[in-house]
Amino acid sequence: MCRIGAIKSLDYVHPSIALKLMQSQQEGHDNSGFAMVMQNLGGIFEPYKQLPTLSMACTDDGIKIAENILHESGFRRIVQWSPQVNDWPGLDISAMPHYVFETFNYPNAYENLGKKKKQKLLLDTRLRLREALEDNEEGFVYSFWPDVITLKEIGDPHDIGTYFNLWEVDDRFTAKVITAQCRQNTNYDIVRYAAHPFHLQGYTILANGENTFYLKNKEFQQGLHRGYIGFESDSQCFLYTLHYVHRQLGWPLRYYKHVITPLPFNQIEDRKDKKQLLAIRQSLSHLELNGPNTIIGMLPDNTLFTCCDAKKLRPVVIGHDDRMVVISSEICGINEVLPDRDWETDIYPNERETVAINDELEVQRWKQ
Amino acid sequence: METITVNNVTANDLPWKIIYDASRCTMCGSCVATCSFRAIKMTVERRRMVFSEGDFPDPKSRFSAVPVISQVDSIRDYCRGCGMCEKVCPNDAIRPERNPDTRHPIITRCLGGDSIKRGGRKNLEGSIRTLDSIRVGRISQMTDPSLDAQRHTFDLLAPFGRILPPGELPFTPNQDKELVSNDTTPPVNWIYPVIIGDMSIGALSWRMWEAMAMATAYLNEECGLPVRMSSGEGGVPRRLLRSKYLKYTILQIASGHFGWNRIATSMPDMIEDPAGIMIKIGQGAKPGDGGLLQAGKVAAHIQAIRGVPKTDLLSPPNHQGLYSIEESVQKMFLSMNAAFKFRVPVAIKVAASATSVSVFNNLVRDPYNIVGGFFLDGIDGGTGAAHEVSLDHTGHPIASKLRDCYLAAVSQGRQGQIPLWAAGGLGKTGDLAADAFKMICLGANGVFSGKLILQMAGCVGNDMGRCNACNTGLCPVGITTQESPLVHRLDPEKVAQNIVNYFLAMDQEFKKLMAPIGNSSLPVGRSDALISTDQAIAERLQIQHVC
Repeated sequence: MCRIGAIKSLDYVHPSIALKLMQSQQEGHDNSGFAMVMQNLGGIFEPYKQLPTLSMACTDDGIKIAENILHESGFRRIVQWSPQVNDWPGLDISAMPHYVFETFNYPNAYENLGKKKKQKLLLDTRLRLREALEDNEEGFVYSFWPDVITLKEIGDPHDIGTYFNLWEVDDRFTAKVITAQCRQNTNYDIVRYAAHPFHLQGYTILANGENTFYLKNKEFQQGLHRGYIGFESDSQCFLYTLHYVHRQLGWPLRYYKHVITPLPFNQIEDRKDKKQLLAIRQSLSHLELNGPNTIIGMLPDNTLFTCCDAKKLRPVVIGHDDRMVVISSEICGINEVLPDRDWETDIYPNERETVAINDELEVQRWKQ
Repeated sequence: METITVNNVTANDLPWKIIYDASRCTMCGSCVATCSFRAIKMTVERRRMVFSEGDFPDPKSRFSAVPVISQVDSIRDYCRGCGMCEKVCPNDAIRPERNPDTRHPIITRCLGGDSIKRGGRKNLEGSIRTLDSIRVGRISQMTDPSLDAQRHTFDLLAPFGRILPPGELPFTPNQDKELVSNDTTPPVNWIYPVIIGDMSIGALSWRMWEAMAMATAYLNEECGLPVRMSSGEGGVPRRLLRSKYLKYTILQIASGHFGWNRIATSMPDMIEDPAGIMIKIGQGAKPGDGGLLQAGKVAAHIQAIRGVPKTDLLSPPNHQGLYSIEESVQKMFLSMNAAFKFRVPVAIKVAASATSVSVFNNLVRDPYNIVGGFFLDGIDGGTGAAHEVSLDHTGHPIASKLRDCYLAAVSQGRQGQIPLWAAGGLGKTGDLAADAFKMICLGANGVFSGKLILQMAGCVGNDMGRCNACNTGLCPVGITTQESPLVHRLDPEKVAQNIVNYFLAMDQEFKKLMAPIGNSSLPVGRSDALISTDQAIAERLQIQHVC
């Protein structure tokens, strides 16, 4: 089973905190991998928040293929960071030869174009890179987006941390929001893309559970947007639904919950927004989720949120102090990161709740 | 050598033989009085009896006239195997027995010079039913828990009405981050995923029709199951049109437009809108063969409701003013606009056919978003009257066609926009929940059922040629007849109770199917939950093959 966690902080934090958050929950997951998405970056990426950063793992050939495509598209590299790896014998990690975290300037032709056009270019480029690297598994492109870094690897999370030197705290590789998960998709074939968090155009999702409406979700999403691809994990569907509802339809976040776990009909009947809720249930019925799930999501504006399935079949808890909010599957993770917090203010969201945390660390609880 | 006339019809030419035991018979006459087909009669046989009266054998013979029950040798008044004689006989003295050597299909045509007509379902049985080779095989365990059918809540509703693509919903967020509606949306009713119908008053006796209407009202008002009943093409009693229960009735319009004069003239008195309108284009049991109500059933009250003389009532196989799919859309548009001011969803019912997907594609792409349901009826559906050749030899099974339509919608990203409702032999084995659930997993939003409802009421007909005499107006159990003595055999309250109880049982069974796959709302299109032991079926329906 998965364990998921997320940190949102007023200060830049190092990924070692995320490792710590997840390490204590290791009895609940199977230590088969580590993946994280960092957003609102600090350290060496802080000056380039408006520019896209590529997160990729690849082979020697893969790096050439990717650079050719980026060069051809007119992207100009500004900063590059490669983790200093500790390739010690005995570490449980299936490492790729190269890990690339590079920030680019937009192509000249795009300099003065609007945000939407740039965002379209970034998605198209990532999809192109992904496709080009797919043969012989030359590489995996996890994200190509401003102010976002993604790292995913197969192996023991502790060893992965050692390999990437993530246990050693520094101020060069930090972020204000980090989401993390410690499990590969061990139920099926191990595929790097199958590990959450998943990222698309500033939206990030990770989930603990099983989406039994996976096929319905997938069949519907495939026709909704060109970015909805892969489907290596049933949890990707949650990302695409979030992206669709919030970005494509332009609906407020609270409606995400209405889409994935609509209210029962008898409760909708009594609501003054009955018309909207019924229409959502009708038109988006193929995006509904069934099965046990806890979801943690991140929006482009750094809002972090969590919600559950309609029967609350998976745990989640939110703890906080003045400078940091931590969401985690298990309380032990939060105890590790925020041992001195007032645990009486911890939040255990219910099955109809969405809890969202904004950049000021204001915690909002919406009842569906 | 005896001289005989072999062309005379005799009992061994007929589909059923009456087995009669004179030694048990008390000559009470119940069987003869009961037989609505007049297939048995009281008669007198000449019997020879040998006896001996003295102390020593001294055989003598005596002839006597003995009253007996005997079978009528007629291709008009022949035994349908309904078994009413056996049911009423106090002494088990009489029963029908299937005659495997029947010459009925041949002699009826030879003597009548007309095609054979009957009611019921297709009587040609082939291999195992498709749905019986399918199981719900994706059981939730460990990674996701099964739900508890007794304790968890389930949302068992299906849409009837046109559903907009999400991008076309007229909603925008206001300052409080709430979605506000800027425009109207097509009417959609969420109803129970099993619709009763669509069988007309006329095809059915008034008691049977009333029983269904009562059951529907009870299920809604007392049991909380929003079941809807389709009127069939034959009109609706004014009393119902003017009552609050109209909201549970889907009004059907077919090519004969029977009963619509009354419906139209009742509109000013309606206090509720009907649950929907169903435009019937075709019927699975006899596709391309129009409606048929034989004159024998056109009783005075049927004449009144439909506004017709006593004659065979034939709904044409096509709508006379409707030549293309586009026109059918236009027709729906007009009927909605004119009749119920866009408040009532309008759906279309067609027979499953090799061409169903083309029709569905055309409707699902209609730019006006007005087709509120695609009712697809397969070959195993029942009918009150049809030519046997149509019943047995025309039509298309429902499972693959429904699946084709759903996958056609999926390939266009339009799944769910026109709700798919399937029928045609569902519940044939008596287990409608299982059949319906599998159809839902294959892509149906819901199902509709007619013949099974009659079986709940006491219909004794089956798919091996038993009874199937709905067309004659002589239904022995009072379901498909307008003969007063026969109709009074049916207790409408008991029938309503049976229907209600069946639905309650089915509702529980739905939950027993949803719980193991961990779903609390209907798994429409969740074909990953299904497996099949038949490779060809698995491949055709795109589900997992297992062995």
